Amino acid sequence: MIKVQSLASRKLTLIDTDLCVGCQCCMFACARRFGNAGLEKSAIRIRSAGGMERGFVVVACRACPDPPCMKACPTRALTLRNGGGVILDQAKCIGCGSCAKACTIGAVSWDDSTNKPIICVHCGFCTDFCHYGVIKIRSSEEWERDR
Amino acid sequence: MIDKDPLARVLFVDLSSRRYWIEERRELFEKYLGGAGVAIQLLKEKCIQGADPYGPRNPIVFAVGPLNGVFPIASKTVAMFKSPLNGNLGESHAGGRSAISIRMAGYGAVVIQGSSDIPIYLAIKDEKVNFRDASVLWGMGNSYSVGRVIRERELGAGIRTIMRIGRAGERLVPYASVITETYRHFGRLGLGAVFGSKKLKALLVSGNRMIKVRDAKSYRQTYNEIFTALTTSPLMKKYHELGTPMNVDPLNEMKALPTRNLQQACFEGAELISGESFAKNHLGRRVACAHCPVSCIHLGALREAYDIEPYFYRTKMISYDYELIYALGSMLGICSSRDLLKLFDEVEIHGLDAMSTGVALAWATEAQAKGLISNEETSGINLKWGESEGYINAIRFIVNRSNEFYREMGEGVEKVAKKYGGSEFALSFGGNEMPGYHTGPAALLGHLTGARHSHLDSAGYSIDQKAFANRNRLDPVKTASLLIEEERWRQILSSLVVCFFARAIYTPETVTKALGVMGWDLTHDDLNEIGFDILRAKYEFKLREGYDSKNARIPKRVLDTPTPLGSVTEEYLRQGMEAYMSQLGFSSETVCAKAGS
Repeated sequence: MIKVQSLASRKLTLIDTDLCVGCQCCMFACARRFGNAGLEKSAIRIRSAGGMERGFVVVACRACPDPPCMKACPTRALTLRNGGGVILDQAKCIGCGSCAKACTIGAVSWDDSTNKPIICVHCGFCTDFCHYGVIKIRSSEEWERDR
Repeated sequence: MIDKDPLARVLFVDLSSRRYWIEERRELFEKYLGGAGVAIQLLKEKCIQGADPYGPRNPIVFAVGPLNGVFPIASKTVAMFKSPLNGNLGESHAGGRSAISIRMAGYGAVVIQGSSDIPIYLAIKDEKVNFRDASVLWGMGNSYSVGRVIRERELGAGIRTIMRIGRAGERLVPYASVITETYRHFGRLGLGAVFGSKKLKALLVSGNRMIKVRDAKSYRQTYNEIFTALTTSPLMKKYHELGTPMNVDPLNEMKALPTRNLQQACFEGAELISGESFAKNHLGRRVACAHCPVSCIHLGALREAYDIEPYFYRTKMISYDYELIYALGSMLGICSSRDLLKLFDEVEIHGLDAMSTGVALAWATEAQAKGLISNEETSGINLKWGESEGYINAIRFIVNRSNEFYREMGEGVEKVAKKYGGSEFALSFGGNEMPGYHTGPAALLGHLTGARHSHLDSAGYSIDQKAFANRNRLDPVKTASLLIEEERWRQILSSLVVCFFARAIYTPETVTKALGVMGWDLTHDDLNEIGFDILRAKYEFKLREGYDSKNARIPKRVLDTPTPLGSVTEEYLRQGMEAYMSQLGFSSETVCAKAGS
């Protein structure tokens, strides 16, 4: 059970990519947060590891403690989130794309209709639709303890 | 439907003039939903009467529906075309990422017309269609390589479909498949050969859009209900766990597993090629179609030693399903799961339909044993039940079209038997090689009457299995009406387009709710009516193209080998076919008149 005070610092955690069947239900879940269907607004991405016979790659924000995306932002639209990762201030963002380029694992997706990045807020909605337990949501404490 | 749903857009691509354009066809989708319902209308419109299946006037229609990209397990694309295998309606469905990619690229349907003078592949990315030179890919020995090259050359990993053909399609084997995402297929009725005739090696579609729903709250609620049912219902368990091969054992036990070209309906080696055996000895990974939590795709790992060098191995991942196990396993008397995986791999490499291939090889084995063909025809191969080596070589000869006999083998079992004899044991219905359910009269009648001549049309095996369990017998008229009832409902599912594996979850009530989210206010009765109209539209096309149910060929073997419900008579099937056509609203006069016109 996640304690109330640690909710803000919870993290999306990758348990085991070999459990992933590539159904992409997490992607659809993330896009559905705002009530619509499709994929455009998804902050998590699943692709094959070079052909499905090799399994899948889960591309999602790792909630870095010192995020390269934040450091690359010229307008300081990205600020450090409690527990790691970043929070986006839409008003400050000029849509330059530097954050997306800076993320080593390519976990900053792009919203073409707003021309702004899609930043994972670690809400964990996607994990409710991962039937195989590939991803889970954890508090920072749990994450530190289990790593 | 919701205003501005991109589903209403149909992308037309003309390979002859290398042009493309988009048409708004909202009226079609409003009325027929999408998928099969819209595809048959587009086919009737764009395929001229009597079109050569290999000619530029035979269009390829891909259609998706309102639930694709919106609700889970709405993961299928419907392809329609004129089939080179039976010269009539060609319809084939596939999953993978095909449906999601087409919907996310912003289309309800993609229609490919004309034909190219040089090998090409198409890369459709949202609004843009790129015509790419495929000269280097043409003739490539292994279909896996074609997928790999395109995967590495193009963008959109994770949000794209890559449909491609193997050499069988290039060389116009009329039961060549189109492979999508390596492990799924538009397998039946020869879409691969239609691709080949257009010099279309592959089709990539990618997209990444948002789709508006009518009401976010009811969307989430309906979504959650369906998702929960899919992941917890015992009705989905068989697809989760052993996958479709779980059918091997029960069908064999009830003596409905076609064996050695249906000389028997029970295979002594069934246990060795059952779902349990594959899971225990080979299952290496399970994968899923996009937006389906079920993950029914079972990949078997095959580790093989090279004999040219010690300590050299390769491990391949090969997908297996019930129909392959039946067609290349029990039908050929093969009881080694390792040998079977090698055969599956062989048909995959060349891009053949496994079912048609297996049925043709089963006929050839019996024909050789009976002396209808000799070693001369087979180029020295002794086709023998259970011996996979000969079958692997024969498959290569079929694809290479290496001599007159193998050229005929590569035209389908009906044609090869017509030439060499043995039609009575050439197992096809409506020109399409038989699926693996010798359960009783409903299955046979379903294969004869179904619009695709497939077990998936009306699932006659299920009617038989119920009759078997309840120990009752149905008359042909009743059987025909049960088949129509199922087939008309399946037109709705294949217009949404929901995978048939979820037919127990997508009940009329759920479908009504889900369609409500997408802006269709339809009752169960409305859906029934639409389903019926779609089915009739398919038959109108079939009749237009010369389908003649009165003279449908019934291979004697299916009558001679008893089913669990006893031997089926020709009279029963003829009466059933007549009842089916008349219940669909086609009187025998229309049938004759249209067939003769």
